[in-house]
Formats: sequence, C-alpha cells, structure tokens
Amino acid sequence: MTEAKTVPLEKKSAWRPGGWARDLKAMPGFKTIAWICIVTLYLPIIVLIWFSFNENRSVVLWTGFSFDWYAKALENDGIRNAAWVSVKIALFATVISTIAATMAALATTRTRPFAGQGLVYGIINQPLMIPEIVTAIATLSLFALVKKLTGLTGIGYLMLAHAAFCIPFAYMPIRARLQTMTLTLEQAASDLYAPPLKVFTLITLPLLGPGIVAGAMLAFVVSLDDVIITLMVAGPGETTLPIYILGAIRRGITPEINAVSTILVAVSILLVVLLFFVQRRMQR
Amino acid sequence: MSGREDDATLAAVIDHTRRRERVTRAWLLAPALIIILAISILPLGITIVYSFLTPGTYGGVTWKFSTDSYVQFLFQSDIFDGTLAFNSAYVSIFLRSIGLALGATIGALLLGFPTAYFIATKPREQRNVWLFLITLPFWTNLLIRTYAMLLIIRDEGIINIVLMKLGIISSPLTILYTDTAVFIGLIYSFLPFMVLPLYASLEKLDFSLVEAGYDLYANRLKVLFHVIVPLAKPGIVAGCMLVFIPALGAYITPELLGGGKKLMIGNMIAMQFGASRNWPFGSAAALILMALVVIVLLINARVTGREAR
Repeated sequence: MTEAKTVPLEKKSAWRPGGWARDLKAMPGFKTIAWICIVTLYLPIIVLIWFSFNENRSVVLWTGFSFDWYAKALENDGIRNAAWVSVKIALFATVISTIAATMAALATTRTRPFAGQGLVYGIINQPLMIPEIVTAIATLSLFALVKKLTGLTGIGYLMLAHAAFCIPFAYMPIRARLQTMTLTLEQAASDLYAPPLKVFTLITLPLLGPGIVAGAMLAFVVSLDDVIITLMVAGPGETTLPIYILGAIRRGITPEINAVSTILVAVSILLVVLLFFVQRRMQR
Repeated sequence: MSGREDDATLAAVIDHTRRRERVTRAWLLAPALIIILAISILPLGITIVYSFLTPGTYGGVTWKFSTDSYVQFLFQSDIFDGTLAFNSAYVSIFLRSIGLALGATIGALLLGFPTAYFIATKPREQRNVWLFLITLPFWTNLLIRTYAMLLIIRDEGIINIVLMKLGIISSPLTILYTDTAVFIGLIYSFLPFMVLPLYASLEKLDFSLVEAGYDLYANRLKVLFHVIVPLAKPGIVAGCMLVFIPALGAYITPELLGGGKKLMIGNMIAMQFGASRNWPFGSAAALILMALVVIVLLINARVTGREAR
C-alpha cells in the first residue's frame, strides 16, 4: 500500500553527486551471487535425482533412463521395514505434538498475558536452541536409565523423543494463525450466549484449521527427516529410513540409495509445497 | 443494594473468572510443557550428573563420583606413574570446530547478504518465488542433501569431470574428506538460515535513506557499508547466530564429507556413546559445547540489547 503512494525510487534515474546511479537499488554482482546460491542449493539434489534414473550401476556415467533402482529399492526388505518404522514414528509424533502445540498456542494467545510467559516460550522453543547432538545424547542417557529401572523396551522411546522435538515446529504456525485471527467472531458468539466449548468447536477450531494443518505437516516432515536423535536413541531393529540411508552410504554408494533418497526428498517437497498453498489460503 | 456490595460482587466475579482462566491455561499448557520438560530438559540434568561419574565397562556409567571427564579433556594421565600431562587432542577438536563454524558463518554471510538484498529489491511476486526456492532445501533431509553434495565433490564427481573436460585441471581435485569439504558442506547446509533473517531486515529497508546517501556524494560501496549494512545489522546478527550454532554442533556434515577423519565436536561426542564408550566424558564434552552455545547467545543478547537502547 505504501509503495503506491510514492514514486517508485528505481524509476528516478538521474545523475547524482555520487555518480551515475541508474538504479538506486541495484548493486553490481549481487544478482550473480544470488544465482550462484540457488545453483549451489539445487545442483547436488538435481544430480542425485538424475542418477537415480540411471540404468547403469554407476553414479557417475549416464548410460540410459530406467526405473530399475526404484524397483530394486521397493523390493528391498530393509528399506520397506525402515520406511514403515519412519511412518509409524512420524505419525505418532505428529499427532501428539500437534495436539500439545495447539493447546499450548491457545493458552499463550487466548488468555491474558501472565507471569512466566517468557519462560513458557523458552521451554517450548528449547529443542530448537540446543545443538541436536546434545539433546540426542541427553535423551539417550535418560532412556538408558529408564530402561534399566523399568525394563521396558520398544519403539515408544523413539516416538516420545520425536514428539518432543516436533512440538516447537507445530507450535509456530498454530500460534501465528491464532495471533492474526481477530477475536470478533468469538466475542460475537459469546455475546449470543454460546457456551465456551461451543465457541471453541464452532468458531475457533474451524478458523484455526489451516494453522493446525500447517503445524502437523511441519512436525511430520521434521520427524521424517531426523537423523541425529534417532541415531542415538534407536534400539536394535528400530531403523528409520534416514538411518538406513546413512548405513547404506557408509557401506558404499549405489544408485539404490539415490532412488530411496529421491523418494524421501519428493515426500518432503510435496508436503512443503502443499503447506505453501495452505498458508496462501490462510493469508486470504 | 449499596454500591459497596456491587463492587464486592464484581470483584468476586472477576476473581472467579481470573482463577478459572489460570486453571484453564495450566491445563492447556500441561501436555507440551510436560513432554518437553521430561524428554528434553530433564535429560540435560542427567547429562550433568553423568559427566561427574565413572564410565562403565560396556557403556553406561558406574555411580562413583569423579571429575576425570573434565580432567581428561585437558590432560592425559601417564599409564605408568599417573602424572598428568597437557593433552591438546580434544582442545584442538574444539578449536577446529569453532574455526570451521566461524568460517562457514562468514562464508554464508558473504553469499547470503547479496542474495537476500537481491531478493528484497525484487517485485513482490518474484520475492515469494525466490524465498520459496531458498526455504525449500531447508525442509529436505539434511542427510540426503549432504550425500548429494558428496556425490558432486567426489574425485569422480561432476565438478571434477566438468573441470577436466574443460581442460582447467588435468587430474581430479581432492576435495572430499578434507577441511574444505566440511567447510563447503556447512555453508551448503545452513545457507538458508542466513538468507531468511537477512531478508526480513532488508525487506524493511527505507530506500529514501539510500537515495539520501547518493545525494550526499556517497558511491555505491559507501552507501552499502555506511547505510545498508548498519540498517540490516539485526538481520546480520540473527543470521550469523542461526548458522554458527548448528554448524558448531554439526554431526552429519563432518561424518560424511570429512570421512570421519576430520572430526568436529558433534562426532566426538557421538563417538563417546558408541565405539569408545565413555559416557561421562561424552556428557562432559556435550556440556562444554552447550556452554559455548550459551556464551554465544549471551554475547548476542548483549549486542542486540545495546542496539535496542
């Protein structure tokens, strides 16, 4: 809106005391650097995807197009088990962290400011502020202790660890949504004698929907992609897809890894692109 | 009814709603706080305790107080007479990590600032596309991105093939498993963290100040360093923090691109819980890493605090 009021600065080309500034905003070379960044960020992934379709065993020489490595990857029991473990953990972590994050977001935006609000933010965002390796070994130490005391084992530990670090990722978009939602509709409903629960289910929740969806998607992607915490905490047989890929890379590079990696990248990108559209709808 | 009674009733009602609100809030906050306190913060306490214990034979700990972990960090005890001699092995891993993380931060700033500026000066619709392109890699798996980087910087990777085909080099450049590879990998991993906060502060830049600079006989360089950079300082500080902290604790990048030979703190900590199995020492190293991060955060808080005043 403010842009419309003033004459766009870049249009004002004139000689200036400092020299001939044709475009006020332009800086020589910056465009080139920006393109270098984009190429650097995307070239490796494009090469990876490209060679996953190579018919040859080589990840260097291109001989022809084929889906062989995808077929091989999908037949591989190790990969299939790992994918199933990943999805199980990610679904559990997403559900738990999204519910917890939604409740926390309601508490921090829909009640009056309270003492200790800063502390609450600090605790919720804590998993983001500590280096992941520290969280990983600390969680391992706790779980080792609990396992020793209770004798309980299983995939539950990994699920809980994922739920914990997914909370801040789910919390951010949900809180952002609540902050931009006006209170008018909720107040109107209350004024018309709707009980609080009804206000929540009929007004707040539907309006908050896109925020919750965005939060859940982020949580899912973050859980699906985690390496370090999973690597430290996972017990025997609890191999997720990223852990399987890490092991495979250590054993030697094959186009099969490229194929699995491409699938995982595609899932993440698909979710993020979907998220992008959800958020665009939210802005409207 | 007297006014005083009315006031009393009103106060009671307010008191009642306030109390109800507090209860509701506590219930709403409980799940998130309990999960994070129990699974993320309580373990840090355990790590502190572990760092003062004696290592168990097969991993884990023996419940005997000892400060060996911290002593071991700096000194090596002689097997025969038990005297302590300074051991630089671990200190040098920390210094290397700090150096690499600092280098990566500076590299990311040099690449990220022009990029963020370029995006911020684009028309609005194009900005969103550029921002989306910068953010997208952040949401793809870091392990896979690092593996992809490994594929192209290998001796037989696409970079060497292209350079050799062009006749620029005659034999392949060995990049993989060197500090250079780790350095490139760190920049590649964390570049989006630099661009986004920089963009956020450059987007708000008031270009009439830039115009004023030119009017006052400044050339482009002067405008850049005396007008634009100072105004973008909050973004620069935030971006540097967001790159430095994860780079310092990096695990995957040195593991894959450094080939396990060029260790960083992250790998060293992980090793203590795996093959070499000294949990107390690993805990101590993790706490020292945490302390470094806290120091950086405190410096940041002081710098930004001063700016705000």
